[in-house]
Amino acid sequence: MNMPSTLFDKIWERHVVNRRTDYPDLLYIDRHFIHEVTSPQAFDGLRKRGLPVARIEQTIATADHNVPTKNQHLPIAEKLSRFQVETLRENCKAFGLPLHDLGSEKQGIVHVIGPEQGWTLPGMTIVCGDSHTSTHGALGTIAFGIGTSQVEQVLATQAILQYKPKTMRINIDGVLAKGVLSKDIILYIISQITTSGGTGYFVEYAGSAIRALSMEARMTICNMSIEMGARGGIIAPDETTFEYVKGRTFAPKGENWEKSVADWATLKTDNNAVFDQEHHFKAEDIEPWITYGTNPGMGIGVTQNIPELALNHTAKDMNKSLTYMGLEPQQALLGKKIDYVFIGSCTNSRIEDLRLVADIVKGKQKAKAVEVWIVPGSKKVEAQAIEEGLDKVFEAAGFDLRQPGCSACLGMNEDKIPKGKYCVSTSNRNFEGRQGPGSRTFLASPFTAAIAAITGTIEDARTYVG
Amino acid sequence: MKEIKSTCIPLQIANIDTDQVIPARFLKATTREGFGDNLFRDWRYLPGDVPNPDFVLNNSTYSGSVLVAGKNFGCGSSREHAAWALADYGFNIVISSFFADIFKGNALNNGILPIQVSDEILATLFEKIDQNPATEIFVDLPNETLEILGTDIKISFKINAYKKECLLNGYDDIDYILSMTDKIKAFVLS
Repeated sequence: MNMPSTLFDKIWERHVVNRRTDYPDLLYIDRHFIHEVTSPQAFDGLRKRGLPVARIEQTIATADHNVPTKNQHLPIAEKLSRFQVETLRENCKAFGLPLHDLGSEKQGIVHVIGPEQGWTLPGMTIVCGDSHTSTHGALGTIAFGIGTSQVEQVLATQAILQYKPKTMRINIDGVLAKGVLSKDIILYIISQITTSGGTGYFVEYAGSAIRALSMEARMTICNMSIEMGARGGIIAPDETTFEYVKGRTFAPKGENWEKSVADWATLKTDNNAVFDQEHHFKAEDIEPWITYGTNPGMGIGVTQNIPELALNHTAKDMNKSLTYMGLEPQQALLGKKIDYVFIGSCTNSRIEDLRLVADIVKGKQKAKAVEVWIVPGSKKVEAQAIEEGLDKVFEAAGFDLRQPGCSACLGMNEDKIPKGKYCVSTSNRNFEGRQGPGSRTFLASPFTAAIAAITGTIEDARTYVG
Repeated sequence: MKEIKSTCIPLQIANIDTDQVIPARFLKATTREGFGDNLFRDWRYLPGDVPNPDFVLNNSTYSGSVLVAGKNFGCGSSREHAAWALADYGFNIVISSFFADIFKGNALNNGILPIQVSDEILATLFEKIDQNPATEIFVDLPNETLEILGTDIKISFKINAYKKECLLNGYDDIDYILSMTDKIKAFVLS
């Protein structure tokens, strides 16, 4: 009998092309997503070597990081951004790659369009020059972010050199309170594991609270695996996964579907498989979670006070962080006035997120002093929101519904939070200057963000959602 | 890269993420060159592009091709531009007590050696540089050792066998993978 193995091991071993002692494994890649920011230097590399793209049909290109979220039908106003997107167009044309360009119905944030189009399927290996590639692990894939040199490797060979990471399992059992979302689960986990505790590991999320989540809610969890240092996160495929994938544009059909599901159903960790590290958390311990500092590990329950010292931080680092944020140890965040709300990013910009927000704001008005940006993750999400009339709800509330892209998550385009302003954001990083120079970010769930938009303050979502 | 002797530039901050190394608004270039000008941009410059006198890169007391940084250096975004910016500025070694995975790989792919030391050695190194900014270190890559010159501290560090071979000989990942093209073809057919 074979040794019991983990889900991660099973998928990894299926993709090893070559193994040599002390050397990294050569791993075959099923899907490669590329975008305008981390690909131009890789294409230049191919040109210098005189190499083609090895597997065009396995490479998906879109523009998302550096695109405006207004007037996408017009040429991009900002010169450098326009040049970068035009460079992607030229590279795709020169190398024969289809591009899901601005305005096309399949355009959107890479980690949103992959699953929604059925490009992301259980059991795959997936890479992209973006650290949030971990998102795709929600469908039971090994998916991780890579640098541009590796983008070039994968374009050239459809394979990548990787040392096999260690494995960690994080179990969340129990039932979440009303008003607590998967975003709260992952912010809670990161505050326990810290921003470096997952480094060197690939994380499997398991337990009854994970099983109970929808596919899109699971994506939010896997998305932020990188924020604890882990290369990726994975959730074993189950009926929820198959139901989600079924009928998607690029999902297998007919007889192939049946065969695929039969195979995918075997993708789970064996009983008695051993992880290098294992953690257990209770869903009942998780309240709406929010960050107060300048990395995603600096988070607290929304009713708690800012600690004197965050786990694994020195007093000097803590002080630097709180000074930047304009906050004090022992201060409460409940009732804290905020200036901006950003609902978007590969973490929380899917149709379910927009529905959750609409449920809260329906028939209400945003707080006067607050500016609210809502940026759908893809053209498909945007179209669906309009079909369901969510756009009307947002418009009536005074929200600014924009066009798909990464937007104020990283402030590469003009969507920046001004210096010193507080933003409740559904995105994934609260680093200094991340949302614009001097911006101050509170990472939170779509519920917490929607309520902040209405009240202008940080509130406990449990008291608003019943 | 075989042996390097240099003074160090200390940056005693933990969890330095790649957004600090090179903020996203400077990722619009389509070449690998020129990112050094914006290395640590928002710490290095005050509003109005005035150099911040309190930031170490603007302090002529410190120089060298070695950056010594706090724990968990390079976390966050996978942007290889962070490694390009460090290399473009002139760093070829970063010493810390912990590195984020993707950054470590990106550094090695750009001829930057990430040397991981214990928290104690890192603290000692910061202390020595603080006492005497002319403190030099000596790195011997083939033997994987790091010496703080003028002290009896000599430690070994680990670098993976494959990347060490690449750094010592100037080898390239793609050439290595292309040498296995037949294996990739066979894998696809199997």
